[in-house]
Amino acid sequence: MRAWLRHHALSFGQTMRRLAASPFASLLNALVIGIALALPLGGYVLLANLQQFARGLATDGQISVFLAPEASKSDIAEIDRRLRGTPGAARVEFVGREQALAGLKRAPGMAEVMATLRDNPLPDAFVVTLAASEPELSRRLEQEIKGFPRVAHVQADSAWVQRVSGLLRFGRTAVALMATLLSFALVAVTFNTIRLQIMTQRDEIEVSKLIGATNAYIRRPFFYLGAFQGMLGGLAACVIVDLAIVVLNRDLAGLATLYGSDWILQLLGLTDGLAVLAFAATLGWLGTFVSVSKHLYKIEPR
Amino acid sequence: MPANSCLHCSTSLETDIISFSRVYKRYPDGYEALKDVNFTVAPGEMVFITGHSGAGKSTLLKLIAAIERATSGTVLVAGQNVSSIRRPAIPFLRRNLGLIFQDQKLLYDRSAFDNVMLPLVVTGHSWRDAARRARAALDKVGLLDRERAYPIALSGGEQQRLCIARAVVNRPNILIADEPTASLDAEYADAIIAMFRSFNQVGVTVLISTHDDRPIRKLNPRVLTLHHGSLA
Repeated sequence: MRAWLRHHALSFGQTMRRLAASPFASLLNALVIGIALALPLGGYVLLANLQQFARGLATDGQISVFLAPEASKSDIAEIDRRLRGTPGAARVEFVGREQALAGLKRAPGMAEVMATLRDNPLPDAFVVTLAASEPELSRRLEQEIKGFPRVAHVQADSAWVQRVSGLLRFGRTAVALMATLLSFALVAVTFNTIRLQIMTQRDEIEVSKLIGATNAYIRRPFFYLGAFQGMLGGLAACVIVDLAIVVLNRDLAGLATLYGSDWILQLLGLTDGLAVLAFAATLGWLGTFVSVSKHLYKIEPR
Repeated sequence: MPANSCLHCSTSLETDIISFSRVYKRYPDGYEALKDVNFTVAPGEMVFITGHSGAGKSTLLKLIAAIERATSGTVLVAGQNVSSIRRPAIPFLRRNLGLIFQDQKLLYDRSAFDNVMLPLVVTGHSWRDAARRARAALDKVGLLDRERAYPIALSGGEQQRLCIARAVVNRPNILIADEPTASLDAEYADAIIAMFRSFNQVGVTVLISTHDDRPIRKLNPRVLTLHHGSLA
């Protein structure tokens, strides 16, 4: 056990020395992996930001319920009771026709239009806030409420919610596809690095085998090298993405103020960053595994 | 470690540390290197293997270390059947052998000291213990003052002694040397052979292949002579 730990420490030190021995090549490799990973990672970060943005727009999904003009006070009370009893409705707010008219009159530019009206054309209405912003729930409640007596029209935000969630789903799939493809690139880069490393260390591997080194012993430093290189690449990807966000935010801040918003892109979180490092290290390990399985066993002493 | 420490030892063979029976070796290109080779070596013996160039001396030694596999027949080393050994077991077989190769197989990117350290690092010795043993081995072959030197800076005789230090540092039961004196002048060669003799005197089984009959005339040891792959 101690010997095993000792060799792990030794392999790690060896890996560091090997990376330090050719800093330019190591850096270049990390950069190649970093750029390959930065594309899907950037897509992921943008998507996460859009999702947050969309949530701000279509928060919780709302359903507007407009009543028939002939609805009486008792009808309104009945509908209010039924809406509150509907599962999936988080909040029910009554907007009376006078209240709605007053609201419209306050809106800039609407007061003059409203003044020309003899009667109040607005119906009584309810605004139902959904418990969750799911298109499925929105559709179900819309159908259900349509069936209530004295309900003239039900207007759900579901169309908007659906469009946004559809777009986000599309984006997620695109990012996942890109991530999958570029993961192969990372595995391939590691495969090649390890292959070259095995070739340069051919003599050492042969001699090690002759003096009784096990395959696990010979493999270990390569796994360290592959995983560490992957991790460096992951780090490079995180730096690239965060730098890009900082640059984009400078422009975005100006744009957002025009729209009276202070919305900016969020940087990659710590958890996400660590996950990227772990993922990249795993891919590096995988690339090493394939390379080692293919090349190391061919080196047998003669 | 005792010679017969392996678990699969069959009791009837414990007396021989190396045993070849009806061993044939044919290389993939059809060349028949060994034909019906039979012999045994007792623990603590010193045996010379001679024969013309291409007689199969190197092949015979490679079969012992599982560097090559016998085409047919049985090669027993310390009771273990090397001709059918599983690959994962090979490293553990080799840790009991001290191997000295015709082409030396030193690592030229590290010092003499680090070359000798390698077998101990592989078996997971602590650095302190390994360094102590490596220096002892270098001392035994008279290279202690050259431990910082790189192999390229050593003379032919010194390189050969470095190989010996690396082979004995793990205190193997069996030393196997393939043409250890091939490229050395007589004086150096005698010193190398004397070194093997001293290891043999403390109980190590020694097999040396050579086409140089000077040490044989001098020591009068047991000699196996190969002629076109067969023992004479």
